[in-house]
Amino acid sequence: MSARITTKQRMQITRQAMPEQAAAARAANFLEVNLGLPERLALLEADRCLQCKDPRCMQGCPVGVNIPKFIDLLTAGKIAEAAQSLLCDNALPAVTGRVCPQETQCEAVCVRAAKGLPVGVGYLERYVADWARDHRDQLPQVRPQPTGKKVAIVGSGPAGLTAAGELARRGHDVTIYEALHKPGGVLVYGIPEFRLPKKIVAQEVERLTAAGVKIECNVVIGRTYTIPELQEKFDAIFIANGAGLPVFMNVPGENYKGVYSANEYLTRINLMAAYDFPRSDTPVLNGQRVAVVGGGNVAMDAVRTAKRLGAQAAMIVYRRTHDELPARAEEVHHAEHEGVKFEFLTAPVEVIGNDKRWVTGMKCQKMKLGEPDSSGRRRPEVIPGSEFVLDCDVVVVAIGTRANPLLTATCPDLKLNKWGNIVADENGQTSIPGVFAGGDIVRGAATVILAMGDGKKSAQAIDTYLAGIPKPAGLTMAA
Amino acid sequence: MHRILARQTLSPNVTRLDVHAPRIAQIRQAGQFVIVHLAENAERIPLTIADSNPETGAISLVIQAVGKSTHELVGLNIGDSIRDVAGPLGHPTEMIAAGHALCIGGGVGTAVVHPIAQGLHQRGVRVTSVIGGRSREWVIFERELQRYGQVVVCTDDGSYGRKGFVTDAAKEILAADKVDMVYAVGPVPMMRAVANLTRGLGVRTIVSLNPVMIDGTGMCGGCRVSLGGETRFACVDGPEFDGHLVNFDELQDRLSTYREFEQRSIACAAGTCRMEKNTSSPA
Ligand SMILES: Cc1cc2nc3c(=O)[nH]c(=O)nc-3n(C[C@H](O)[C@H](O)[C@H](O)COP(=O)(O)OP(=O)(O)OC[C@H]3O[C@@H](n4cnc5c(N)ncnc54)[C@H](O)[C@@H]3O)c2cc1C
Ligand code: SF4
Ligand code: FES
Repeated sequence: MSARITTKQRMQITRQAMPEQAAAARAANFLEVNLGLPERLALLEADRCLQCKDPRCMQGCPVGVNIPKFIDLLTAGKIAEAAQSLLCDNALPAVTGRVCPQETQCEAVCVRAAKGLPVGVGYLERYVADWARDHRDQLPQVRPQPTGKKVAIVGSGPAGLTAAGELARRGHDVTIYEALHKPGGVLVYGIPEFRLPKKIVAQEVERLTAAGVKIECNVVIGRTYTIPELQEKFDAIFIANGAGLPVFMNVPGENYKGVYSANEYLTRINLMAAYDFPRSDTPVLNGQRVAVVGGGNVAMDAVRTAKRLGAQAAMIVYRRTHDELPARAEEVHHAEHEGVKFEFLTAPVEVIGNDKRWVTGMKCQKMKLGEPDSSGRRRPEVIPGSEFVLDCDVVVVAIGTRANPLLTATCPDLKLNKWGNIVADENGQTSIPGVFAGGDIVRGAATVILAMGDGKKSAQAIDTYLAGIPKPAGLTMAA
Repeated sequence: MHRILARQTLSPNVTRLDVHAPRIAQIRQAGQFVIVHLAENAERIPLTIADSNPETGAISLVIQAVGKSTHELVGLNIGDSIRDVAGPLGHPTEMIAAGHALCIGGGVGTAVVHPIAQGLHQRGVRVTSVIGGRSREWVIFERELQRYGQVVVCTDDGSYGRKGFVTDAAKEILAADKVDMVYAVGPVPMMRAVANLTRGLGVRTIVSLNPVMIDGTGMCGGCRVSLGGETRFACVDGPEFDGHLVNFDELQDRLSTYREFEQRSIACAAGTCRMEKNTSSPA
């Protein structure tokens, strides 16, 4: 670390704000909200890092990114090396720089958070990653010696993409099978353009295919091929098919016209470009009063999307209070600025429709917070006699997803837990030798970075596993 | 990319396309469907696989042109391509192993009945088919179905076969002959009428449902239907269900969700609307 600047001087720099589109403008468009730090601010922010000997931020990062190292290289003007260091630890930094809940991870434990604001690790990650996207030619391209071993990956979400990158880098022959027509998983069908531009996901995917990863879309494992069929053609398999089965509220009226799962609502708009109807062919009902049930990232994405589609009232209906919202702090903050209304301590009991079965409202109960439950969060309790009707014409249910049984039902040897998630050890090893799994299908709905961490660990375990099985006969060492 | 290998007009707005999809052609079973996606920004459309030829790698899709997307599909010619074809999706048909099956097809639903009758025939089940259409030119798959057993044709106007609805003919057959299972595919009112007819007779009846779908993998829940009061996702739990448990009213209602959008879409394709943003709201 250079003596260019003293610790005291570093401490004097205040945290740089992320430039963003003005709230009024962005609430009417789908362009990215955060604009990214310009170079000058990024370098200032980087100088705030104290380059701790025992960097706590790294322990806070689920994939252990060497945070002080890439920041130091950045301050030293070696951005290509910073990018290389970052990409070595994290396969999709342009994505995580935008969607990680940094405030509960690296930034939560940064020493600077003890007195004031933490280093903007997420902002810097994004800055370096975006540079790398624009300067791919300045990063070394290593073509490893092919091992001749074949690995199939099911699902092209963050877990699958990460594993693919790691395995290709080790010279294995990787094929990703994706059920939808576009790779990316939740990154393309769930998370909206204004938070994660689809171009970025496409570029990350391109980087993988350039490294030799094959991606076959429109292949539904469990239908087009089963896991046992893949086992005949591949030396190892990594299952990362996500937790894509929407949970509904199970209240009367949920099948009226105007009730969507968040998955359907967001898929129509993101993957199928319904916001551009009739230029794109898939429609979506864009209500005047949209009630989104839930308080996580998915709910925030849905409600902010509704706002952008022109809803007069875009509302979050959540059983607990502001403090318990599981969404990223920045998303809540952005939603508030964009004029999203929050109905806290409110739980729906029925969807109400007119005689034509179009949604006209939602009967709700008011709640109060009681004793903490097993998760430590205070349990919401019904206030008797508090029922009221919330007027709305579209309801979006964003209360979670479960494991989709489509794949597992056709692979009886795969051990599942009682919720239908695949049972895997910390290396992703499942009950079947040579078959690994990670991401939401193992954890239940979690986060992008945890899914990526699983992809990385499983890739290492698969590499070790493959080293122990004989090389295919007749393999010539020519590349 | 999936090339169109053959194309045939079956009735005024019903077209059969043979599409190159070798893996699907090899493994598809009766009752299963594919999701096709013509190009970027097109809709994802579920279509039952009416037939397949593992040798040529062709699957046959029978398409009724109703909206903009289906019009675009039937406008394809030999040599053109469909960008994405995913499948085979859904559960295969629940087949009886022996006995007598009554297969009822209405309109384009007759194409869905075809692989069912084919599969039953291969198992040695006796098949009687009752198929219908508005008038002669709307009757499809008659010759194909004749390979598997007796075929009774009904037309609403009596221009071909019997005059009347398929349910009338089905009622007579059910009264005169022992029927072990009924398979009915067609417009919702037809399937509902058949289910109502067989419920009293205690004859198990399988219907194939066609709700709005997007992914076809159980991810969106848009295809949900009510079965005996419980929610099922037609794309993964169906598309075929016990007709006596299906809430047909709800199905028909949900199918009307995007009617207004469909009309705008067609108008825009015809150049008679302003290309405006998505501004209409639910009725
Ligand atoms: C709207 C939304 C917003 C979110 N926001 C955030 C956020 O801000 N920050 C954050 O950290 N996390 C967020 N999450 C959670 C995060 O996206 C997930 O935890 C993460 O994507 C899981 O990654 P995965 O690779 O396990 O699965 P997924 O991303 O779900 O990918 C699975 C892929 O497998 C495919 N697939 C499924 N079944 C099959 C099959 N049978 N055959 C072949 N392919 C199949 C699917 O089509 C999909 O492409 C959000 C989730 C949603 C839905
Ligand atoms: S804990 Fe904070 S100050 Fe210390 S190295 Fe990490 S980012 Fe820099
Ligand atoms: S079509 Fe999406 S769940 Fe069935």
